[in-house]
Formats: sequence, C-alpha cells, structure tokens
Amino acid sequence: MLKEPKISDDQREIWREPINYEKFFKPRGEVHIIPERCKECNYCTNYCPKDVLERSPTVNSHGYHPVRVRPGKEDSCVACGMCQTICPDFAIFIREVQT
Amino acid sequence: MTTEEFHPKHALIRDERFPNVWCPGCGLGILLQSYLNAVEKSGIPLDQQVLVSGIGCTARLPGYAKFDSYHTTHGRAIPFATGMKIANPELKVTVVSGDGDLFNIGGNHFIHAARRNMDLVVICSNNFNYGMTGGQHGSTTPLTSRSASTPYGNVEPTFNLPYLASALGASYVSRWTVMHPRQLAKSIRMAMETKGFAFIEVLSPCPPNFGKFNGFGDGFEEMEFYRSKSTVQNDARLEDVSIDPFHGKPVVLGDFVNRKRPSYIMLENELVRKAMGVKK
Repeated sequence: MLKEPKISDDQREIWREPINYEKFFKPRGEVHIIPERCKECNYCTNYCPKDVLERSPTVNSHGYHPVRVRPGKEDSCVACGMCQTICPDFAIFIREVQT
Repeated sequence: MTTEEFHPKHALIRDERFPNVWCPGCGLGILLQSYLNAVEKSGIPLDQQVLVSGIGCTARLPGYAKFDSYHTTHGRAIPFATGMKIANPELKVTVVSGDGDLFNIGGNHFIHAARRNMDLVVICSNNFNYGMTGGQHGSTTPLTSRSASTPYGNVEPTFNLPYLASALGASYVSRWTVMHPRQLAKSIRMAMETKGFAFIEVLSPCPPNFGKFNGFGDGFEEMEFYRSKSTVQNDARLEDVSIDPFHGKPVVLGDFVNRKRPSYIMLENELVRKAMGVKK
C-alpha cells in the first residue's frame, strides 16, 4: 500500500529527443560493491533511479544475498551517488568514469 | 563490479569493525554516513572532532568513527561532553545518542545543557522505543502505537522534542529523517558552525521492534511511510510538530530554529577576562 509502482526504463525514455541533447554531458559511473558488508536491506535497490542494482543469488559469509549490478545494465549508472549516500553498511560506492 | 578497493570514507571509519552491529534496514548507518559527510565538509581538523555517546544502539555509532570517540554511561553523554568542552574549548564536541538515552534517562542533563546554551551538537536518533532491550515503549512512542510493553496501544502523549529544545533556548533546532541524508548532512554541518546548543532530531526505523509491532515489513517500508507523510516547513509552529503519523498528521521536518544567543563558552571567557582585569 505504501510502495509506488516502479517505473521501468522504457517508460522513462525521452519520447522526442531535444535538439540540443548532444550538448549535455551525461556522467557515467562504475559501481563498486563490498559483498561481505551487505545486509540486503534493499535501500539501494529501491533508490537507484536507473534500476541498476538487484539482489544476487549468491550468499556472503553472514548468509545475506549481497546486491550486484543487474546483468545488461553495466553501463547504465549515471553516478548520482544515491546508493552510496543511503547505504547504512558502507558496502557500495560509485567511482565516476571519465568518458 | 570490482571488490578489492576502499570505500571513499575509508579514512574516517574503522574498517576492521565492519560489517556493523546494526540490524538489516536500520538507519543508523545512514546517520553515520551523513555525519561523516558533514565532518568532511566542515573543514574542522579531525584531531579537534570528538564524538560522545551514551548507551543504546545509537551509542555504538562512535565506535565506527576513526577519531576521538567516547562511549559513556547511560544518559550521561551530555555531562561528559560538557566537561570536555569546558576543559578544552577548542574541541568540536558532538553528542550522538538515542531517544531513550537522551530524553528518558538523561532528560534533565539535556534540559540544563540547552538552558546554559552549552557549545555542543546533540544528535538524537529517535526510533520511538527502547530498541536494544526489546522494543519497550518510552517517552517518544507516539500515542496509540504498539510496542512490546504496550501491546494494545500506548496511552501516553509523546514528547515534542524540537519544541522542548526551542523553549529552553537552543541556538539551532532541526528535524530530519534518515531518508533525507543530504539535508541531514547539511543540517549537521550548520549545527557545527553554530555557536551554542544545537539539537538535531533524526527519525530512524527500528525494523525488529517498533516496525514489527506496528505492521511494517522492514526498515525501508517504515521509512517510506514516514517519508510519504513528511513535509518540510522551516517556519512551522513548534507547538504543532509532535509526531503522530498514524492518525494522518504530517511529520514536519526542517531547520526550525537558527538564532544567535550568547553561548556558555562566550560568557565564561568574558567573565574570566573581567575578573582578571583585562581591558577589551
């Protein structure tokens, strides 16, 4: 009742490309995860605006399923840093990639 | 993708103590992260930063900060910090503790520190119950909400912490939730720049106790509930900002008070100068 429906990437896409679209710099980030610290609280998976993160099927030594980058979304991160700011366990961070 | 690298906060946290002791979904890690962001941005050297706490889940927080941090007796974090600040006014002393520690056991110390306008930053993480001992109700539990010791609902009206701090003359009063990490970090930084008593209330979830008793599946769901009910009103009337989200009342957030009042250290310095006969 509390959760809003998730918007998929297709719905977010711009319908008509602005004429000066090329001029805008789109940052790209690389996701770094420390799996041993993750406690699968789902803050980052819910807060990622590009829906890059998901729970992995593997288990860490404490029995939690750490987050991982969703397969096929390796280049989708825009380095907003929301996951890094919201992670209570210091388990995830973003490095901006210079393109 | 790669794992063998250090977190950007590596220089400020004690890496060997991680993963931290808090439950999955607990907001205290976000509070720690926001505090460290504020420490980085404030520009105050690390050997002048001190973090003091009492007893409780929140009181484990200084154990993860890689600078001087003290875990003191129950409810007595503010007296300890007051003594430290008077002994060495150069230090930037921050007290971080829970609602049970600061307002139930140590309530009187809070009142008198705010009355003196002691130069401290007090961060209260409010999760509406005694989390570490199993979720008993306390003075901050909202009316009619359930806890381990009030299974049919709490009958006591709750504390209105920003109103209390403001009435006692605190220089800076604000309230945020852990779902507002950037606003919270900015608020802590402003509190560090304030001369006098600065008080920040941070709403935090308690997934295995308060959250469970009140029908929230996990910490994220509880925080989303508070966030969806929250409004930011910096000029809110503080009489009306008590927390009662279960009856449709909004959770009012914001930087409520930011005023200039002579602080204890300023008055003390002035007195010492006068007594020693030093002309201005």
